[in-house]
Amino acid sequence: MTVFLFRRLLSALAVLLALSILVYGLFYLMPGDPAELACGKRCDVSELAQVRHAMGLDRSIVAQFWTFISSLFVGHSYDTGVGTTWCSAPCLGFSFQSNEPVTQMLLDRLPVDLSLALGSAVLWLALGIGFGLFAALRPNGLRDRMTTLVAMTFSATPLFVLALLLLIVFCVWWQVLPFPTYVPLTQDPGQWFENLLLPWLAIALVTAGNYLRLTRAGVLESLGQDHIRTLRAYGYSERRVVLRHAVRGALPTLATMAAVDIGGVLAGAVFTESMFGLPGLGKLMVDSANNVDLPVVTGITLLAAFLIIAANAVADVLYAVLDPRVRLA
Amino acid sequence: MTQNTDTAAALGAPLRVEDLRVSFPGARGGELTALAGLGFELAQGQALGLVGESGSGKSAAALALLGLHRGTAARVDGRVLVRPRAAGAEVVDVNTADERALRSVRGRELAMIFQEPLTSLDPYRRVGDQIAAVRRMHFGESRKEAAQRAAEALEKVGIDAAGKYRAFPHEFSGGMRQRALIAMALVLEPRVLVADEPTTALDVTVQAQILDLLTELRRETGMSLILISHDLAVVGGTVDEVIVLKSGEQVERGPVRKVLTEPQHTYTQALLAAIPRLDAQLPEPKPADDAKPPLMRVRGLEVTFPAKRGAALTRAVAGVDLELREGESLGIVGESGSGKTTLGRSLVRLQQPTAGTIEFDGRPLGSWRGRELRRHRRDLQLIFQDPASSLNPRRGIGDSIAEPLRVQGEKDDARLEASVCGMLERVGLDPKLYHRYPHQLSGGQRQRAAIARALILRPRLVVCDEPVSALDVTTQAQVVALLRELRAEFELTLVFIAHDLAVVRQVSDRIAVMNAGRVVEILPAADLADAQDPYTRTLLAAVPELPHV
Repeated sequence: MTVFLFRRLLSALAVLLALSILVYGLFYLMPGDPAELACGKRCDVSELAQVRHAMGLDRSIVAQFWTFISSLFVGHSYDTGVGTTWCSAPCLGFSFQSNEPVTQMLLDRLPVDLSLALGSAVLWLALGIGFGLFAALRPNGLRDRMTTLVAMTFSATPLFVLALLLLIVFCVWWQVLPFPTYVPLTQDPGQWFENLLLPWLAIALVTAGNYLRLTRAGVLESLGQDHIRTLRAYGYSERRVVLRHAVRGALPTLATMAAVDIGGVLAGAVFTESMFGLPGLGKLMVDSANNVDLPVVTGITLLAAFLIIAANAVADVLYAVLDPRVRLA
Repeated sequence: MTQNTDTAAALGAPLRVEDLRVSFPGARGGELTALAGLGFELAQGQALGLVGESGSGKSAAALALLGLHRGTAARVDGRVLVRPRAAGAEVVDVNTADERALRSVRGRELAMIFQEPLTSLDPYRRVGDQIAAVRRMHFGESRKEAAQRAAEALEKVGIDAAGKYRAFPHEFSGGMRQRALIAMALVLEPRVLVADEPTTALDVTVQAQILDLLTELRRETGMSLILISHDLAVVGGTVDEVIVLKSGEQVERGPVRKVLTEPQHTYTQALLAAIPRLDAQLPEPKPADDAKPPLMRVRGLEVTFPAKRGAALTRAVAGVDLELREGESLGIVGESGSGKTTLGRSLVRLQQPTAGTIEFDGRPLGSWRGRELRRHRRDLQLIFQDPASSLNPRRGIGDSIAEPLRVQGEKDDARLEASVCGMLERVGLDPKLYHRYPHQLSGGQRQRAAIARALILRPRLVVCDEPVSALDVTTQAQVVALLRELRAEFELTLVFIAHDLAVVRQVSDRIAVMNAGRVVEILPAADLADAQDPYTRTLLAAVPELPHV
C-alpha cells in the first residue's frame, strides 16, 4: 500500500510539473507583451523597460521559469523601482489589475468553492445513490423508468437554465429563499446554509443523474454475480442483498467519480458562480481572462490543475481502500 | 398430483422432489425445457449423484432445489418438499413457499456449494466474516459466538482459522475457496448439502481432497449430499445412488456400482465409454528416429515474474531441459501453478524466457526479430483452453481462421475463403458455419474452429494448452480423436498440456510431469501407470477411478 501511494504521488508531481511548464507558456502564447499589460496604457518607454526588468522579462526563458517555480516554494522579491516587495511562498505574482498578491486572491475565493463543492456533493451523492438503489430494486419497473427519466431530464438541462428556474421558483414565486449572496460559514452558519442551498441544488440536480445511472448499473451488474447468488442461496433477503452487498460492488466506481467531480467543482464552478453571483474562483477566472490579468489566470489554472490532480490521486487511493483486490498492485 | 397431497405431511426424509420441471422462455414465444420431470427422495445421510453433460438440466435442477430460479424468467413446476429438522415444523414446498419460509430453508436445511469457488465468495469481505454473518443471520447469535462457530467450521474443512480468518477470498487458492464455501455450509449444520460441480474448476489432487472431505463430513455430521457433476468417475466414489440426466430427462437411475458396471441405457454406456482411462490400451508409438536432430531443444529454461507484495518473485519455470523430436507428441501434466502453461507459451515465443535457450530447427528462438519473427510464427502455433474467449466474439469464425493467413500476406479473398473452407471441413465443421459467431456454436465446435485457426498456416509445432478441459466428456473424446488424426495427417509435432492424466496419456508418446516449475520426470506414455516418482504417484492416486467393467 505504501509503495502504491508513493508511486501515485510521484506521478502526480510529474504531471504537475509538466502542467506548470504548459501554464507558464501562456505568458508567451498570449498576444501582446506582458510588461505592456502590467504597466497599463499610459506607460512610456523607460517605464516599460523598468517594468520589464522588474518582471524579469529581460532574462532567459529558462531563468524566468526557474524563478516562477522557485517562488512557488520559497517566495520571491520584486524590484518595483521604488523599493522591493516581498511575495511570500507560494508566490504566484501580483495581479496586473489590483496589484494584490495572486495567492491571497485565490485563498480569499477558495472557501466559496469549498462550500459549493462539499455541500453539493453531499446532495448529489444522496440523491444519486438513493434513487439509484430505488430504481435497482425493481429494474425496468415503473418506478425505475420514472426515476431514470427524471434524472436524465435534469442531467440534460443546462446548468444556467436550471439555476434560473430555481431562482424564479424559490426566490420570486414562493419567496422562501433569499437571492444567494455569499456569507462565510465562520460568520453565520445559518445564513451560509440558506444562501448556498440553491447553488447546491443546481449542481446536485445536474450531477446526480450520472450517479444514479452508475449506482443502478453497478447494483444490477453485481446482482448477476456468483457471490450474490451465494448470499441468496444462504437465505439473505433480497433487500439486504441489494442494499448491503450489491451496492458494495458499485462503491469503488462511485467514490472514484465523486472525488474527480468534487475536484472539478472546487477548481471553479463558472456557471453556478456567475448565475448565483458567488465570488468564487470561476468568477475570478472569467473576470481575469477578460482583463488579460495573466498572473491571476496562471495562478487559477495552476491551482485548478493541482486540485484536479489531487482529486484523481484521492480517487485512486479510495479505489484501493474500497477494493481489497487492488491493494496488491 | 393428487396422490401426493397426503405424502407431504408424512414426509420423513429431509428432502423429496416430485416431478420437478424447469423451462425457460425461448425464441418466438416457445419454451425451452431444461428439466422435464425429476423425482427422488433423499434419506437422511444418503448421497445422491446427478450426472449429465452440459444441457442435461442438472444445474437447473440444483438451482430449483433452493428456489433460486425465483425472480428470473424460468418457469418451475412440481414440488420440492423440505422437512425442517425442528420437531413439529411444517413441510416447506420450495416452489410455493413464501419468501420468509424459503429463506429459513435456504442454507439452514439445504446448503449449496457452487462450481465457481473463485467467484462465489464476496470479494470485498473477509472470509471468516462472511461465514460468521451467515451463522448470525440464521441463529441470531452474538458477533463473538458466530465468529467462534465460523472459526470452528474453517478448522473442520482444514483451513487454519487463526491465520486465515481475516484473509480476503483473493488471497486463497481455488481449493481453499471451495473449502471456505463448504465451511459456510457447515456452519449452518444443514441436513442436505447440494454440491453443484464442486471440483470441476480444481486440480485432480485438490479434487480428491475435496471429495474426501465431503465424504468425511457426511459421515461425521450425518447430512445428506447431492453431488452434481458431468463426471461419472467423480460421482462414482462419493455417492450411493446416481441419476443420469440427458436433455432434461432422467435416462437411468440406480445404485452407483450397478450403473457404472452394468449401464442399461445407451447414453450411460456412451458416457462411460468416452471417459479416458489410465489403463486403456495405447497404439504403438512411432519408433523415434534418433539419427535426426531434435526439432526443438530447450536448455535451462527459466521464466520468473516480478514479486508481489512481500513475497519472493515467482519462478514459474525454474530450469527446464527438454528435447522434442520431429513428429512426436509430448504431454505435459501438472497441477495449476506448476508452470506448464508458462512453459508452453515460451515454446511458441509468446513468453520471453528469463534465462536459458530454446532452439527450433537448430536456431535459437530468441534471435528472431520483426519480419523474420513473423515468418517463423507460421511454424509455431498455440491452441488455448477456452475457445469461447480466444476467438474474437465480434467476428465470424471464418474470418478468425483466415486472419493468420492475412497476417502472413495473403490478400486474395477467394483464395482465403477456399483455404478456410477446406480447413473447416478437415476439422469436421460444415463450411456453412463460416459466418457464424463463436457464441452461436457449441463448445466442441468452437474448439474445432480454434484448431482450424492454428492449423491453417500448416505449422510444424503446435502447443495445445488444456484444449479439452472446458468440454463435456463425449465432446472431449471427439476432439482428442480429431487431434490424433490431424497430427498424423499434418505431420505435426504436438505439445499437449493438461491436468487430466488420462487425456494426456491418450495423445502423447512421452509425458513430462511438472511440479513447481521443474520437470520431475519424463516417461513413455505407456509406462505412466508404473511411474516411480513420488509426485507422479500422488497425481495418479488422485485420479478418480471407475470400476472395471
